[in-house]
Amino acid sequence: MKIIKTISTEIFGLFIDDGSLAIAIVIWLAGAGIVIPHLIISPLFKGVILFIGLAVIPVESAIRRARR
Amino acid sequence: MLHVVTTQWLSAGPTVLAAFLASLVEFVEALTIILAVGSVRGWRDAIGGAAAASAILLLLILVLGSALSQIPLHIVQIVVGALLLLFGLRWLRKAILRSAGVIPLHDEAEAFAKERQAIQKFGKVRGFDRVAFGASFQITMLEGTEVVFIVIAVGAGGTGFLVPAGIGALAAFVLVILLGVTIHKPLSAVPENTLKFIVGILLSAFGCFWFGEGLNISWPGSDLSILALLLGFLIASRVGVWLCRRQKRWVSATASN
Repeated sequence: MKIIKTISTEIFGLFIDDGSLAIAIVIWLAGAGIVIPHLIISPLFKGVILFIGLAVIPVESAIRRARR
Repeated sequence: MLHVVTTQWLSAGPTVLAAFLASLVEFVEALTIILAVGSVRGWRDAIGGAAAASAILLLLILVLGSALSQIPLHIVQIVVGALLLLFGLRWLRKAILRSAGVIPLHDEAEAFAKERQAIQKFGKVRGFDRVAFGASFQITMLEGTEVVFIVIAVGAGGTGFLVPAGIGALAAFVLVILLGVTIHKPLSAVPENTLKFIVGILLSAFGCFWFGEGLNISWPGSDLSILALLLGFLIASRVGVWLCRRQKRWVSATASN
């Protein structure tokens, strides 16, 4: 039972160890999922919009951590 | 014909590399603990625990692999893409912080010494060693579950990617076993943070690609855009390291004034 609990905690920790980073990623993905399909722009720009948010999020989170 | 082969290789290459490097990091961590357990309490039950966990993980791959084929591809791509991004961007953030010197590097030799010390507290037993079996089983399950997720995640988003991902993980498994048997001590020379940096970039690029595919974004150049995403995440993370170093220096300077 203890092993199952440890493994479940570890699996959860695979995806989330910094709460604000995980929340930012989920919000960006949800926003992109709602907005991007309705944009009338080229597929390249749709991809670029999705990428830019995902590239900025970890960098901003790391800078915030370095500031502490 | 040559163009088709080159394109297929370019598509499968990052999949094999992502699965290989990510699995390598996890297997090295598991090997450190198994070596510590085996060297203190004996090899039979330490290897037995690792083998039992490996068998369960193999079963998990077969069950999950066949279950995924029943779900519509675009839903798999959105779910797997989102999970890969949560996983990959977390690694990338940590690698940026380690490269910038904000948080310390992971030390396999230290982990080995700690585990040896912890396991020595238990008395030796004759016959089946529950402690050795349990410790090896647990670490193999923990690190192996990550490998299973990585293989399925990088392989499930597209048709025919599961086999290259499996080959990458298997190659890492064989390499670590060979190194473990040959060197017989923790692989502390493995540049773990560099590997995690590369893996973070690879997983993030795959996650972004699969999530976009799930949203019906027609990526220019199809699978080849993964290479452009790799370059994009590489540039972003190097900028991140530079900015974090600057931030750290500024915080130090402010604190000393």
